[in-house]
Amino acid sequence: MHPAFSVIFLTTLLGVGQGLFLALYTGQLYAFFDLLPAQGNRSFYAAGSAIALIFLAAGLVASFFHLGHPERAWRSAAKWRTSWLSREVIVLPAFMGVVFLYGVAHWFGWHVPLLSLPGGRPVDATLILGAIGTLLCFALFVCTGMIYACLRFLQEWHTPLTVVNYILLGGASGFVLATAFAAAVAQEIAGFYAGWAAILTALAFAGRVASLLRNARLKPKSSLSTAIGIKHPRIAQKAQGAMGGSFNTREFFHGRTAFFLRQVKWLFLALVFPLPLMLIAAGAMAGSPALLLAAFGVQYLGLIAERWFFFAQANHPQNLYYQAVS
Amino acid sequence: MTQLALVIDLNVCVGCHACVTSCKEWNTSGEAGAMSDFRPYDADPTGTFFNRVQTFEVGEFPNTETVHFPKSCLHCEEPPCVPVCPTGASYKRKEDGIVLVDYDKCIGCKYCSWACPYGAREIDEKQKVMKKCTLCVDRIYDKTLPERDRKPACVMACPTSARLFGDIHDPESEVSKAIREQGGYALMPEWGTHPANHYLPRRKTQLRIHEDELVRADNPLKIDGKLPKPAKQEPSLDDVTSW
Amino acid sequence: MPDSIPSVQEVKKTTCYMCACRCGIRVHLRDGEVRYIDGNPDHPLNKGVICAKGSSGIMKQYSPARLTRPLLRKQGAGRGAAEFEPISWEQAFSILAERLAKIRATDPKKFALFTGRDQMQALTGLFARQFGTPNYAAHGGFCSVNMAAGMIYTIGGSFWEFGGPDLDRAKLFVMIGTAEDHHSNPLKIALSKFKRDGGRFVSINPVRTGYSAIADEWVPIRPGTDGALLLAIIHEIIARGLYDREFLVRYTNAGQLVNLDEKSDEFGMFLRTEVPEEEGCFDPQNKLWWDRTSNKPVITHTEGCDPFLLGEFRLSDGTPVKPSFQLLQERVKDYTPEWAAGLTGIPAATIKRLACEMGVTARDQKIELPIAWTDSWGKEHDTITGNPVAFHAMRGLAAHSNGFHTIRALAILMTLLGTIDRPGGFRHKAPFPRPIPPCAKTPNTPLAVKPNSVLDGMALGWPAEPDDLFVDDAGNPVRIDKAFSWEYPLSVHGLMHNVITNAWRGDPYRIDTLLIFMANMAWNSTMNTVEVREMLNDKDENGEYRIPFIAVCDAFQSEMTAFADLVLPDTTYLERHDVMSMLDRPISEFDGPVDSVRIPVVPPTGECKPFQEVLIELGTRLGLPAFVTKEGARRYRDYPDFIINYETEPGSGIGFLAGWRGKGGEYSLRGEPNPRQWEMYVQNNCIYHFELPPSYQYMRNWNQGYLEWSQRSRITRYAEPILIHLYSEVLQKFRLAAQGRGITRKPPAHLKKRIETYFDPLPFYFDPLEVQATDTHKYPLAAVTQRPMAMYHSWDSQNAWLRQIHAHNYLFVNARTAQVNGVEDGDWIWVESQWGRVRCMARFTEAVEPGTVWTWNAIGKAAGAWNLTPQANESRLGFLLNHVISEELPAKHGGTTSNSDPVTGQAAWYDVRVRIYKADAADVKESFPQFEPMRPYPGTEPQRKGWLAYFAGGRK
Ligand SMILES: Nc1nc2c(c(=O)[nH]1)N[C@H]1C(S)=C(S)[C@@H](COP(=O)(O)OP(=O)(O)OC[C@H]3O[C@@H](n4cnc5c(=O)[nH]c(N)nc54)[C@H](O)[C@@H]3O)O[C@H]1N2
Ligand SMILES: Nc1nc2c(c(=O)[nH]1)N[C@H]1C(S)=C(S)[C@@H](COP(=O)(O)OP(=O)(O)OC[C@H]3O[C@@H](n4cnc5c(=O)[nH]c(N)nc54)[C@H](O)[C@@H]3O)O[C@H]1N2
Ligand code: SF4
Ligand code: SF4
Ligand code: SF4
Ligand code: SF4
Ligand code: SF4
Ligand SMILES: [Mo]
Repeated sequence: MHPAFSVIFLTTLLGVGQGLFLALYTGQLYAFFDLLPAQGNRSFYAAGSAIALIFLAAGLVASFFHLGHPERAWRSAAKWRTSWLSREVIVLPAFMGVVFLYGVAHWFGWHVPLLSLPGGRPVDATLILGAIGTLLCFALFVCTGMIYACLRFLQEWHTPLTVVNYILLGGASGFVLATAFAAAVAQEIAGFYAGWAAILTALAFAGRVASLLRNARLKPKSSLSTAIGIKHPRIAQKAQGAMGGSFNTREFFHGRTAFFLRQVKWLFLALVFPLPLMLIAAGAMAGSPALLLAAFGVQYLGLIAERWFFFAQANHPQNLYYQAVS
Repeated sequence: MTQLALVIDLNVCVGCHACVTSCKEWNTSGEAGAMSDFRPYDADPTGTFFNRVQTFEVGEFPNTETVHFPKSCLHCEEPPCVPVCPTGASYKRKEDGIVLVDYDKCIGCKYCSWACPYGAREIDEKQKVMKKCTLCVDRIYDKTLPERDRKPACVMACPTSARLFGDIHDPESEVSKAIREQGGYALMPEWGTHPANHYLPRRKTQLRIHEDELVRADNPLKIDGKLPKPAKQEPSLDDVTSW
Repeated sequence: MPDSIPSVQEVKKTTCYMCACRCGIRVHLRDGEVRYIDGNPDHPLNKGVICAKGSSGIMKQYSPARLTRPLLRKQGAGRGAAEFEPISWEQAFSILAERLAKIRATDPKKFALFTGRDQMQALTGLFARQFGTPNYAAHGGFCSVNMAAGMIYTIGGSFWEFGGPDLDRAKLFVMIGTAEDHHSNPLKIALSKFKRDGGRFVSINPVRTGYSAIADEWVPIRPGTDGALLLAIIHEIIARGLYDREFLVRYTNAGQLVNLDEKSDEFGMFLRTEVPEEEGCFDPQNKLWWDRTSNKPVITHTEGCDPFLLGEFRLSDGTPVKPSFQLLQERVKDYTPEWAAGLTGIPAATIKRLACEMGVTARDQKIELPIAWTDSWGKEHDTITGNPVAFHAMRGLAAHSNGFHTIRALAILMTLLGTIDRPGGFRHKAPFPRPIPPCAKTPNTPLAVKPNSVLDGMALGWPAEPDDLFVDDAGNPVRIDKAFSWEYPLSVHGLMHNVITNAWRGDPYRIDTLLIFMANMAWNSTMNTVEVREMLNDKDENGEYRIPFIAVCDAFQSEMTAFADLVLPDTTYLERHDVMSMLDRPISEFDGPVDSVRIPVVPPTGECKPFQEVLIELGTRLGLPAFVTKEGARRYRDYPDFIINYETEPGSGIGFLAGWRGKGGEYSLRGEPNPRQWEMYVQNNCIYHFELPPSYQYMRNWNQGYLEWSQRSRITRYAEPILIHLYSEVLQKFRLAAQGRGITRKPPAHLKKRIETYFDPLPFYFDPLEVQATDTHKYPLAAVTQRPMAMYHSWDSQNAWLRQIHAHNYLFVNARTAQVNGVEDGDWIWVESQWGRVRCMARFTEAVEPGTVWTWNAIGKAAGAWNLTPQANESRLGFLLNHVISEELPAKHGGTTSNSDPVTGQAAWYDVRVRIYKADAADVKESFPQFEPMRPYPGTEPQRKGWLAYFAGGRK
């Protein structure tokens, strides 16, 4: 596929926003169960939510660049029964709304207990909003992942690993950002985030490597033989009917060499996993927000490469029809 | 239920591209138009077409087959492009199975094109909406056209009549018979999309000449005296028996 | 969606001209703009279908490359620089009329008119003749004159536009060297029907594309060797007795006795019983057979007699004689399949099998139609027999310097199988068959060219003997292209491909004005293009252009227009009246004559003016007799008026259109002018179809009823039978002259050997002349071109839709051949012949014979031509093969001779031999040669980038 930057930014930025939100809420839950020092500083959650929102909004903006008719974007909520894209379009604003409320609730300190847990712990609006947000956040991950995973003839994508990796990579990048954020404004929990960021990055590594290994062993289900319905081991296209290119050659090909693709793979493998891990370790040890921010930056750059690769590696069966001109 | 479709006979298609440009010509000024062209007189001209003819070579010299292969939207019976469309702009008509795009609803997200394994959809880069073969809906039902013209433009154009048009759900239709009797097949059956359009394979006519067809009593060489005749004096049965 | 807009508002019928096929079309209009063009279902030619080009007519009509104003080369600007200033038509006419009047008053041959892929040779030819110049021809010489001459000199008709295969009834169809041809749509319709009816289709071609793709069997052949293949098949057919003896006896000269008295001036001629009372262009029935029953010579077709076809005999006076069939048998004796296999690359077993398939199908699958007819000797037949083996061939045979004899071999093979003008075989189209050769003759002396006079004879004709040649007393050519000279005696369509070179060199003389209509002679209809472009621009010692004045009538900004001093903008086919006339090459069907017209469906663009109107205006201003009254006044208001009222001779009743003649349109073919003739054509789908009664539709060479009808309708002068010339006396006459026998003119000494060799009365095989003159170790590969179905010559690159299909071209190379030469798929390579080299990209293919490389014809363009931007693929990536083809070869006698068939002057496009090698990595990645980009002319649109979204009726 042709990796469009709109979609690369859309998916990675959403991932960061979602991950960051998850990190915030995880922190709050830990504190709720007294596993972490409570964050009296109300701006931690509010500001965190704001940052998450910025990422989500940026992702949303990026998505508009992908549309031919952004002014009609509202129409895309119509087919939620069948279309993961439609579902994403519904879940994303809902999620953003909840994140917003979550931040607002923290900012205004809506801590009046609304109900209590069996153990007697009081549950306030922020907790409930956070829980709803978490659900929506995962729903959004699933929607985004499924947009790709549901396309069964894009065999590289058609696997649960796609959804898992969207969750893990988004989660990791959000937690790394949370670590840096905490290091800047709430030193005491930075270590906690650093730990989870490392764990998630490691898990994401496992997930992504698993999908790379899977894809390396994929046998394309379609061949020139099935594409034109002629059984013969030697079929070669000579002309595709258009010499100056067409939508089909622009949308479905990355236009780069296999060598370039391999380089990108090694690059993202380095940028997304080991480098951020080292920077997190160093940053956490040195208590340096700068290093931790660098960890996020490096990882995010890596994610752009990762997403580029994700698209580029997907070999659409339509490409069988668009191999040669003469 | 009706399922309109094209059946393309690769046995007679000579790859002339008549179906390509007649399609463009009808549709650019029709309900599905305009069909934009970019850099029309410049480097790498490109544009929107609903139908393209491709060429493949099968086998090695001298046992080579050259296959001309026209391809447009196959109007799948299980069209993967339809459910993924977030706006409902892509839809399959109940009444005749034609898969269409409602340009007024389309947001140009291209997602449907990703969901088509055949590369049959093309975004119009000027109008920014997804386009594809409409089976010429604005011809086939147009009562202002004479009956014989209510056919897709490409079908009318095709000089070898390699393009048949009709209802593949009607077992008595020309297209159903062609599929049944001439081994019509669907593209990429592995995806379960059940394309309505079918293709008919090449057929070969051989001539087998038996040796005895070459030995004939009426060989004109006999008349012209070139087939050896034994001399009259040579011995024969006449000389040794009587009946 | 523009619901409010009706899909069409108006439908007008006319005739397509996106190619020379002339299909009937319906042009659908909306708000005066062309909305859609489809095939006219009521048209006999295309029956409603249309091709890729025809469907793209809109983009031709509204192309930004259209010329819209008359243009004069800017003072001081060089030719080729393409710098023009617009002038008025009045200025254009006065410039031309003044110049031409001077030439006509002094030496009319200094005006040359040559036309390309046009369909109005009857009018352009008339104009030239009226002007008095012999220097006129159309594209035939560089196109397929071998096909026309080879077959017309043998069977009195031909493929091309004169006849074709009857695929409705054929069982076996053999197509040789055809990629697309003129009969584009009809052939496709027929081919598909033929295949579906279970017919067997064999294609003989070095390349497998297009039609060959759907052949049941592809027989790859080395270019230029078809003669060997066909002669070997003839060998087999005769050796196995698979020929149609009855047909040969009655309808050909197979049984006629040839004089073999070496000492006689009549050596190699048929014996004649008496001198006919009347001389004319027909074959008098005065030859002899050797009767089998009486074992005596008898006059041919004597009732109750049957000739020997084989054997040798002596007349009572001792003259040794043989039937011509015997000579044919002797000729092919050594042309065995094994011999041919070595030349053609086709296994001997395949050749034998093909011969058997043809022979057995012809013999055993006979068709009998219950149609009674009478032959020329008065014999009544209850049925018409068909031997259902059909052939079609085109430029794969024609465009070689040995093509004439190859095509004679094909015509003879078709005759042996008994398939001429019979169901399931070859069928003629009116006005064919014609006598062998047809009657039209050129003058045979330079005296025919006189100041202020009509040329005394036709500019093109059909020589029957050396005395018909258009040469002076010393045997030198009269025509600028040297047609009808001893160098190319039967060059019945002229040699347009040598006009520029000859005029530039002043050999045989210099001319003053060259008027080119509808030919791109600075590009694809010329060989050696780089140098020819220089010749067009070359000046002599006095600083004058070697070709002093060049006028070009074109509709587009072609490469040729850049070299014009005066550019005349033509209308498109949708803007003008045209006729596809019986006087030219009409669109006749097997079942009878058909002619057709074009009518304007949209108004002319800018100041465009139909070339017909230009000729009539010029003819009137010059006072050419056909265009003015006795008093010298204007005779015809305009072209439509001319078409209605012109008669070949006053009161002849024969004009350009055959339909609805007579005052009220009551006559066919002949009759007084009908003032409402155009309307009647318009009401009838723009065609006139005269269907012959079934008994006149077959066997027309010898069909008494048909021939008399044809004579009465003045299609032919004589109703004599047209016997097939297995053995060609016409050729023998030239050979005899070369041998110094007889009383006819004799060739100049240096051409004697050439004439004696190539004017063989029976077909023979020789390597193409260029191959004979090539070091084939150095240049081992044959390089040919093919027509792409979706492009017409050079003129469709301005078409926004078609150029997306063929934006540039590759050289197709068999993968193994390429790898031997170190070339990979997609590489930039050099293609080099002994004449020059081009750089292009290679594309691997398995669908070509390994000794051949090929490309699509005329896709490559000069930068900026056709109003494309200089970056366009056509000029940057595309290439023209013509650069490595030479228009001349070194002559045996020193000097040069045209790279053409020595009999007909047919341009030998497909004889060139090349080698290929990888281009240096350091070389620029663009094709070579490149030319200084042309810029838009006044009146053409600025070079358009950006986008285009055509929506008829204003919504763009
Ligand atoms: N290498 C190679 N060269 C070949 C051949 C080949 O096979 N190989 N084939 C040869 C053959 S068979 C032929 S016939 C020639 C053809 O060669 P040409 O006769 O030169 O044909 P075109 O290149 O199409 O040029 C025709 C010109 O007519 C113009 N034209 C188009 N429509 C109109 C119109 O309505 N009015 C006027 N006035 N002009 C118009 C076009 O713009 C173009 O400039 O090419 C020959 N050249
Ligand atoms: N679409 C389209 N149609 C056209 C034209 C066009 O430009 N475009 N041009 C028109 C004109 S002017 C003409 S003259 C006709 C020509 O019509 P064709 O004769 O069909 O034209 P070519 O493309 O020259 O095809 C020649 C074929 O002969 C093959 N060939 C070459 N050398 C040999 C050989 O030695 N032996 C054999 N057996 N085959 C050989 C080539 O591979 C090619 O397939 O087409 C007319 N129709
Ligand atoms: S028009 Fe017919 S023959 Fe021509 S490419 Fe299309 S399907 Fe094939
Ligand atoms: S061919 Fe493609 S676009 Fe057409 S219905 Fe099938 S999946 Fe959809
Ligand atoms: S591009 Fe248009 S038709 Fe396709 S999925 Fe998007 S909205 Fe639907
Ligand atoms: S059916 Fe109509 S829209 Fe579809 S390919 Fe044919 S002409 Fe084009
Ligand atoms: S074959 Fe095509 S371009 Fe030629 S006349 Fe017919 S429709 Fe027109
Ligand atoms: Mo031609």
